[in-house]
Amino acid sequence: MNLFEHVGKFSRFLLLVLSKPEKGKLFFSQIVKEIHKLGINSIGIVVIISLFMGAVISLQTAYNMLNPLLPDYLVGYTTRESMLLEFSSTIVGLILAGKVGSNIASEIGSMRVTEQIDALEIMGINSANHLILPKIVAAIFINPFLYVLSVFVGILGGLSAGYLTGTVPISEFIYGIQYGFIPYYITYSLIKTVVFAFIITAVPSYYGYYVKGGALEVGKASTKAVVNSSILILLANVILTQILLK
Amino acid sequence: MIRLENVNKSFGDLKVLNDISITFESGKTNLIIGQSGSGKTVLLKSIIGLHDVDNGAIFYNDRNFTELNHKGKKEIRKEMGMVFQGGALFDSLNVEENVRFPLDMFSTMSEKEKSKRVAFCLDRVNIQNANHLYPAEISGGMQKRVAIARAIALNPKYLFCDEPNSGLDPVTAIVIDNLIQEITKEFDMTTIINTHDMNSVMEIGEKILFISKGYKAWEGNKDQIFNTENQALNDFVFASDLFKNIKKST
Ligand SMILES: Nc1ncnc2c1ncn2[C@@H]1O[C@H](COP(=O)(O)OP(=O)(O)O)[C@@H](O)[C@H]1O
Ligand SMILES: [Mg+2]
Repeated sequence: MNLFEHVGKFSRFLLLVLSKPEKGKLFFSQIVKEIHKLGINSIGIVVIISLFMGAVISLQTAYNMLNPLLPDYLVGYTTRESMLLEFSSTIVGLILAGKVGSNIASEIGSMRVTEQIDALEIMGINSANHLILPKIVAAIFINPFLYVLSVFVGILGGLSAGYLTGTVPISEFIYGIQYGFIPYYITYSLIKTVVFAFIITAVPSYYGYYVKGGALEVGKASTKAVVNSSILILLANVILTQILLK
Repeated sequence: MIRLENVNKSFGDLKVLNDISITFESGKTNLIIGQSGSGKTVLLKSIIGLHDVDNGAIFYNDRNFTELNHKGKKEIRKEMGMVFQGGALFDSLNVEENVRFPLDMFSTMSEKEKSKRVAFCLDRVNIQNANHLYPAEISGGMQKRVAIARAIALNPKYLFCDEPNSGLDPVTAIVIDNLIQEITKEFDMTTIINTHDMNSVMEIGEKILFISKGYKAWEGNKDQIFNTENQALNDFVFASDLFKNIKKST
């Protein structure tokens, strides 16, 4: 299939997904389940990565400031800006595309090859809507919280690294965190996070939903899902940055 | 009753079903038999509308299923139950939740009534003390039985089974066959079963459609199947030495 065919098929797929759920109550309980699966279960990896990246950004900035006239608080400033603008939205998005994306593609894909999706259809249920909409809604809801968590933990990592290695005093770092703060950057990043949340759930669902064959094909679909949702995240990042920061 | 009129189905250039016409009767176990790859699954999935047919008509009693819109099809689907080849139980739900699922989606029963119905269906297929096990934790035969329980949860008028006893040992296979037949009689359902298993044919072949390479090659019942001149059918029926010997001795 070429790109245009994929776009057409993906649009039709979205029409199926974005229809009204059969039973409101059931839909709600599924969202709660998905929030747990996609969000709560990702807290660990988000915390670990953000902590270490915050630490590294802070140390790299400190060791690269050879000019003694540059104030120490710039380390805090740089750490905050890096986490806030790019790391906690885009890089966390890419990491979740790997973790959550492969999970979704293989879950939906194996439901397809074991005829569980057919079983839903024969009951008269819109399977795409039933299985996938809760995932999209859950990720759009929970990922902004992961973003905020990542920013906090990253800054904490930077602060601790600076303090523990004796490169930046805590007070300087904290001053830097508050220095030249532009609240709009948070809005910008949250918008990105929400768009990425959609990509991370919808694209792998698409690859899983149309799997044909068996376990081998499910594996292949899962790889494709991760690669293509990562590319889409990078592409969306450029486009959104151009639109929102112009 | 389900009636097919000149059903055709192809995938791209591959013609899988050619002009199939037949009537499947209610209160009977109707069998679709044929070699692997002959088109049994495609035919069954066409009957239930998982595949759109190229042309031809499928009637559920007197309702032309092929002409209905999405909403009309959905109404008839609520009267269908299907047991897929691998069971197709939902991995993420336990045994009880699997059987309960169609009730949650479509019935207006109270929670208590639902629980009673689930217990009845599981009991009907002889599943005990497994309510909280997940599909991966039970045997293939149990999975098939739970799948039957799920299929009958909403009291369907039409029951479809794709190779319900494939992959099972002969004893369990016969238990499943008989169970399906009993349920069919008990609730006067129109049941259609795909199989390539001659034992099933002998046990429950009340009405048989034999397809070969996508064509209807023969129609009859288990008493007629041994005395036909149809070459393709004879090749199929007497493929095993056991049945060859049976034929010689009669
Ligand atoms: N979705 C599909 N797309 C293309 N070809 C298919 C599809 N499903 C089945 N076929 C082909 O149709 C033929 C009949 O398959 P099937 O009905 O599964 O046979 P069986 O009698 O073993 O159930 C086979 O040649 C198979 O490759
Ligand atoms: Mg088959």
